[in-house]
Amino acid sequence: MARYPKPAEGSWTEHYPELGTGPLSSEDSISPEFYELEREAIFKRAWLNVGRVEELPRKGSFFTKELVAAGTSVIIVRDMKGEIRAFHNICRHRGNKLVWKDFPGEETRGSCRQFVCKYHMWSYDLDGALNTVPQEEEFFDLDKAIMGLLPVHCDVWAGFIFVNVATEPSQTLTEYLGPMVLALSDYPFHEQSDRYAFRATVGSNWKLFMDAFQEFYHAPYLHGGQTPTKFTNMIRQFGFEAPFYKLEGPHRVVSTGGVRGEDQPEDMIKPIERKLRSGLFGPWDHADLSIENEQDIAGVNPSGANPWGLDSYQVWPNFVILIWAGGWYLTYHYWPTSANSHVFESSLYFVPPKNASERLAQELALVSFKEYGLQDANTLEATQKMLETRVMSEYVLNDQEVLCRHLHKEVANAVEEYKKETQGAIV
Amino acid sequence: MGTDSALLPSAFSDLEPYAQAWCLPTENQRFAKRMSSSMDEMESFYNAAFPRLEEAKAYLDELDVHDLPGDAENLMHMMFSLIIVSFPIELWRQPAVPDAGAAEIVCWLEAPL
Repeated sequence: MARYPKPAEGSWTEHYPELGTGPLSSEDSISPEFYELEREAIFKRAWLNVGRVEELPRKGSFFTKELVAAGTSVIIVRDMKGEIRAFHNICRHRGNKLVWKDFPGEETRGSCRQFVCKYHMWSYDLDGALNTVPQEEEFFDLDKAIMGLLPVHCDVWAGFIFVNVATEPSQTLTEYLGPMVLALSDYPFHEQSDRYAFRATVGSNWKLFMDAFQEFYHAPYLHGGQTPTKFTNMIRQFGFEAPFYKLEGPHRVVSTGGVRGEDQPEDMIKPIERKLRSGLFGPWDHADLSIENEQDIAGVNPSGANPWGLDSYQVWPNFVILIWAGGWYLTYHYWPTSANSHVFESSLYFVPPKNASERLAQELALVSFKEYGLQDANTLEATQKMLETRVMSEYVLNDQEVLCRHLHKEVANAVEEYKKETQGAIV
Repeated sequence: MGTDSALLPSAFSDLEPYAQAWCLPTENQRFAKRMSSSMDEMESFYNAAFPRLEEAKAYLDELDVHDLPGDAENLMHMMFSLIIVSFPIELWRQPAVPDAGAAEIVCWLEAPL
């Protein structure tokens, strides 16, 4: 018996008939050839979130981002006019990587007045213009005016910095995000400026980790040990249901109901959670945001759940914004490095604490997040290893896993589209 | 203030025996300490520190959380360690997260205190 009403078609999945209800092929998570197609069809064409404006607090602030799947490394910088720009991280002289520290493959960040190549000291202004070339007179017909850094398309929405490595993106960032994601534009992300960032190298296809965090069907089972036995037994008896799923273009969202910590009986909650009034869902006491009720924002708690738990926006292709009812949010990024590996990144964002109690509540939330995340990351390696045996070639999904179905469908569509275009070009 | 060699505020001198080991400023250090400690060591620390958590909060809440004196900052870091140790003690009965053997998640950025 469903706790929440389903769409008239009888299920969320059938509400979107293009998804079908049949099994999915696991080939898209294990095939190196398919991964190469994903790089071309998706990562070299999509708007990719690389961070937030708070990471570039001053003129001259910069960071680099390794976009392995998009085939490049980029520099993101706030130039001397305060404008945020992106460039390919390559010196125009002989192609050396321009900005790096100690290890060429690692990302770096900092502040500078100009970019100087370590190799022959070519220097560039922060707007990309080539500034000085040692022994310039030794070159032949060197036109410095056309030897600036190679720009990458860059735009900002709600403080989130996006880049697109396509020569000419087919959509502006606003067109790309579409009304469903843009409905979050007024959410006070910028007020939640205390950031905690995690990184993991995971031995699975990037989509398998996305799948783990776009369904909550697994939560009572994989994470059953994270809660007192009585609580685990209760949630296993009822299972997980979300009151709201929505797909729009390649993006998708799930919104869930929540629980109020203080409503839980003593034996349903861990001692540390009761003492600190916090847990995986974050601090029980709502953060002080300038907005009176963030649920008045169209994109927040779209189903009007009461109590509300969270909204998880899966922004195409590899970026997640997860807004918690307690007035904090986190982001996930899944950066593919091969068919069976990716770098998983997560950042938790809180309003700066007013006192130690608030800081301790935040600490419990972020430690809990890691505790759950370790179980997820490890399990995905187990999935990847067995899918690669091809003992099973297809897998089934239930209605609470509708977003997984949508992701794989969208990836397949993008790859098909790309194949059609490139075959057309050859003919 | 405590005595010269004390790491914690004098009101928390009973926790001083645990200070050297558990007043650790980063999540990386605290997680590594948890993983390399025995359950007996963590249980001893938890049993001493958990009953003082309420008072530690009250003490620290009187101060500016963004400008804690050294001994109070140590106390804060110790309470962060208590949080990380609460998982082995309250749930796992072992230092490591179950079913997470091959996974590693590194916290590379923490908001400054």
